[in-house]
Amino acid sequence: MFVGAVFFPLLGATISGFLGRWIGDRAAMWTTVLCMVLAAICGSLSFWQVAMGGQPGTVTLFTWMDVGELEFAWALRYDTLSAIMVGMVTFISTLIHLYSIGYMSHDATPSRFFAYLSLFTFMMLMLVTADNLVQLFFGWEGVGLASYLLIGYWYEKESANAAAMKAFIVNRVGDIFFMLGMALTFLTFGSLDFDTIFAAAAGKVDASFLGVNSIELIGVLLFLGACGKSAQLGFHTWLPDAMEGPTPVSALIHAATMVTAGVFLMCRMSPIMEYAPVALSIVTIVGASTALFAATIGCVQNDIKRIIAYSTCSQLGYMFFAAGVGLYQTAMFHLFTHAFFKALLFLGAGSVIHAMSDEQDIRKMGGIWRKIPITYVVMWIGSLALAGIPLFAGYYSKDAILEGAFAAHSWVGNYAFICGVIAAFLTAFYSWRLLILTFHGKPRADHHTMEHLHESPAVMLIPLVLLAVGAAFAGMVFAPYFIGHEYEHFWNGAIFNLPAKHMMEAMHHVPEWVPMLVMTVAISGIVLAVILYGFLPAVPGRIAAAFPGIYRFLLNKWYFDELYARIFVEPAKRLAMRFWQIGDMRIIDGMPNGVASLAAGTARGVVRLQTGRVANYAFTMIIGLVVFVTLFLMGH
Amino acid sequence: MNAAGFPILSLLTFLPLVGAAAIMMVRGDEAVVASNARWTALWTSLITFVLSLVLWTQFDKSTADYQFVEHLSWMPEFGIAYMMGVDGISVLFVLLATLLTPLCILASWESVRSRVREYMIAFLVLETMMVGMFCALDFMLFYVFFEAVLIPMFLIIGIWGGARRVYASYKFFLYTLLGSVLMLLAIIALWYQAGTTSIPELAEFDIPFGMQVWLFLAFFASFAVKVPMWPVHTWLPDAHVEAPTAGSVILAGVLLKMGAYGFLRFSLPLLPEASLYFAPFIYTLSIVAVVYTSLVALAQQDMKKLIAYSSVAHMGIVTLGIFTFNQQGIEGALFTMLSHGIVSGALFLCVGVLYDREHTREIAHYGGVAKVMPAYALILMLFTMASVALPGTAGFPGEFLVILGAWSVNPWVAFGAALGMVLGAAYMLTLYRRVAFGKITRDSLRALLDVSPREVAIFSPLIALTLWMGIYPQSFLSFFSVTVSQMVQQHQAAIGSAAHLAGI
Repeated sequence: MFVGAVFFPLLGATISGFLGRWIGDRAAMWTTVLCMVLAAICGSLSFWQVAMGGQPGTVTLFTWMDVGELEFAWALRYDTLSAIMVGMVTFISTLIHLYSIGYMSHDATPSRFFAYLSLFTFMMLMLVTADNLVQLFFGWEGVGLASYLLIGYWYEKESANAAAMKAFIVNRVGDIFFMLGMALTFLTFGSLDFDTIFAAAAGKVDASFLGVNSIELIGVLLFLGACGKSAQLGFHTWLPDAMEGPTPVSALIHAATMVTAGVFLMCRMSPIMEYAPVALSIVTIVGASTALFAATIGCVQNDIKRIIAYSTCSQLGYMFFAAGVGLYQTAMFHLFTHAFFKALLFLGAGSVIHAMSDEQDIRKMGGIWRKIPITYVVMWIGSLALAGIPLFAGYYSKDAILEGAFAAHSWVGNYAFICGVIAAFLTAFYSWRLLILTFHGKPRADHHTMEHLHESPAVMLIPLVLLAVGAAFAGMVFAPYFIGHEYEHFWNGAIFNLPAKHMMEAMHHVPEWVPMLVMTVAISGIVLAVILYGFLPAVPGRIAAAFPGIYRFLLNKWYFDELYARIFVEPAKRLAMRFWQIGDMRIIDGMPNGVASLAAGTARGVVRLQTGRVANYAFTMIIGLVVFVTLFLMGH
Repeated sequence: MNAAGFPILSLLTFLPLVGAAAIMMVRGDEAVVASNARWTALWTSLITFVLSLVLWTQFDKSTADYQFVEHLSWMPEFGIAYMMGVDGISVLFVLLATLLTPLCILASWESVRSRVREYMIAFLVLETMMVGMFCALDFMLFYVFFEAVLIPMFLIIGIWGGARRVYASYKFFLYTLLGSVLMLLAIIALWYQAGTTSIPELAEFDIPFGMQVWLFLAFFASFAVKVPMWPVHTWLPDAHVEAPTAGSVILAGVLLKMGAYGFLRFSLPLLPEASLYFAPFIYTLSIVAVVYTSLVALAQQDMKKLIAYSSVAHMGIVTLGIFTFNQQGIEGALFTMLSHGIVSGALFLCVGVLYDREHTREIAHYGGVAKVMPAYALILMLFTMASVALPGTAGFPGEFLVILGAWSVNPWVAFGAALGMVLGAAYMLTLYRRVAFGKITRDSLRALLDVSPREVAIFSPLIALTLWMGIYPQSFLSFFSVTVSQMVQQHQAAIGSAAHLAGI
């Protein structure tokens, strides 16, 4: 059962990928769906046994590496934390597979697409069931590869290729820090196995490295790794571009696999993070800032998928600052509920796009709610859950996070609380902006598109309805287990909270105005959006015209892409060219020639070095640098 | 003679030479000769490979001693002997050489059309020299093989190479020869001091620090060029670009490992204090190699040049790992050497597949190849990922272990090495995107045929190995763990005793 949940998707991917050409597309598609259903059954049973029944277990497969004192194996670790993820990932992924059958019906190579989807799921499952950091890294990089393949699925589109590469490379930047975090963990604990590290964490509180507390440094390094995968501020640029992939991919990336990995890592490492207060403060600040930052951008975007993408970014910020104040359980709970409504919103958006003949700009939609009523209803449910309206899933988790941030009674907690409340307002605002512009008002699409407007087939609607049920009730049903009075029994030690902190209790004892405030801002966000876009459709344009600077700043996503291009990409390209043409070709290869001409009695070789070209000096500087760094290192 | 009384290593070394002699005998018209030469070369190298599997099964992993040792006196009055043997460090490189040779012969099956007989002879002689070099336990013998490798390679580039082959082959030869002369001097100096050139005996011999420094520099001159380390790397891209596909495969797969092997076999055990003294220098050069050549790779327009530069970057990881002097670093370096041998060899073969069809290596010429060659696109993707060290492929364990090992020596060095992860991804994915993805713009590309059965036969063992090394690296790591751990201990002991003496 434990093994099945993880490896059925791999089986599906293999069959569809390698045999797809022989067994035909239909067979390949349904094989992967069947494998996913089997995995989901195994996953649900595992969740039931491990989380509800309190019987964790680990399946060790075989040794991976054994080098000196470093030793670790391929293993599947099932505790409550991983069982939640396995259950959730297999369930959501199965629905997305099913949906894709309808969505990708006109595609040329669906067997390739389904192979990638299943591979993606498999990698995520390997990640969450890892028993050591290296296997986690395997899944970590594996989802990076799968997302690269899926974002660039339509590889004839240049923009898709660029987005795919960007996703992979930005993720890799984060991975450097993950890698270094692992190196420091190994140096500190002499092991990379979770059990060994966790058991030793309390005893290593005072260990230091280069004058910095080791545990703090591990925390920061792993968090930077998590930022890459979870698209936190500074590393977020790949996520909106990832929209280039087919819509089911976006749903998978945003809901079940990939971006949640960073949050999962923070929760998994809770026994380390709890001893790293400074690292946790950084997590809180970055998370809270991301929540607010992404929400501001979400308010002005016009691409339906992009709006939802920024909302993911923002919600991930919530999860991070929840973990940052020590509420890992709540972070996981928000991750869990978010998976339902975010998958729902994306698939709903996909259904809209499908109905509108591949139109994604909400300015060209409107007035279509009667034609696609089921999509309309599920989008409402998803938005209600996202905005955190009572009784819907998002309410339970988001409310708990904000109350927890308030209850932390620290300045970072307060900062997170303030950012979180403003972001909650903006979230409600942009969700209803999206709903109204998409479904209400006068139709703005052309005649041709409106004529072809149609509700999606059943194979797409069934997953939507199931997810809508989850978005409506998952919070209510699971709240007692995740964060309510049964939490200690439910988590069963899978997450560690410092005994002195009492955050899980404190979060339920905040003044009454706090939840009231949260609810009020959400509702006022909705009301504002309805007024602005429903009744006074001319006003938003006028506001934008009144503040052109701010509007452009938001529309261009705070100019992060331009900034990075200016400081990283372009200099790297220039430097590459210089190194090659001047460093290698002129100087290194020129040296023998220079010597030769010297010998011939002409000093042309030397003169050539003094051409006044900056690049030549840059090259000389490298040589100097080599000498200096060497001397410096030797001095130690 | 070894314990079993059977000179397996000599057999492996000289069997290809016998094959070469047989090819030389063939007479008849050109087509017959060519076909005969191909088949003889293939069978010889295949039999050699199968025989070499004996090493895989019979090698005793629990000891750090030399195994399958053969000893014949050669020049007893000078203390020079014909001595062969393998330990955990060298045994897998013998296998790497015997594995890649038949694949190279297969890869040249159709692409080499002129002077097939001479080409096959050159390859078999090359195999003899490579295997001999990894087995030699006498410094003089090692030197002979080490230098002799250059000759067939020089010919392969110079005769069957591309347009600028003469320039490239001379550059290759001069660069590598220059260092070798210095090494010869060092060997003579060593022999003068110790009175023997037997490697196991030399390892016992204490060399004063002042001399160690000079010997180290002399060895360094030779090995650094072979690795190649920055800034003596520029011969490599030229040699690769001009060499025929199979020549590139052997060059990247085996010949680049000779320098690193030399460091491990001689510099570290014989000159422990000098190695420690120069370690920061090596770190610096290695990091510059990783960052600098990765950037240069980013700017390349020629597929082979790009992969050649990426080899330099990977070898930077290797030299870095060797000079960390700890178990993780050295094992990581060894593993990277092996995986790089497989992966970069395979990448050159991938370039060869396109070159055979379109006769150009210009990246800009291609685009959208994935559409017409889906199987090829999959294979290229696998090796691209292995090259960027994706976990689960062969590239990962080595790089991971080196970074782990480097961190405990100096975290900034580890950070520099880790930068290669991003830059590597950047240039390999750029290559992949521009070759395989995008719209097909050229008519000639539309008619490309996907990989042929012969090509599948070449790639399959490499694919299997790439995955095997990634998923279960333990079956390779276990070969060298005992040897490396003894080496690390001896190194520490040597440093310790030196420090002790200095303290008095």
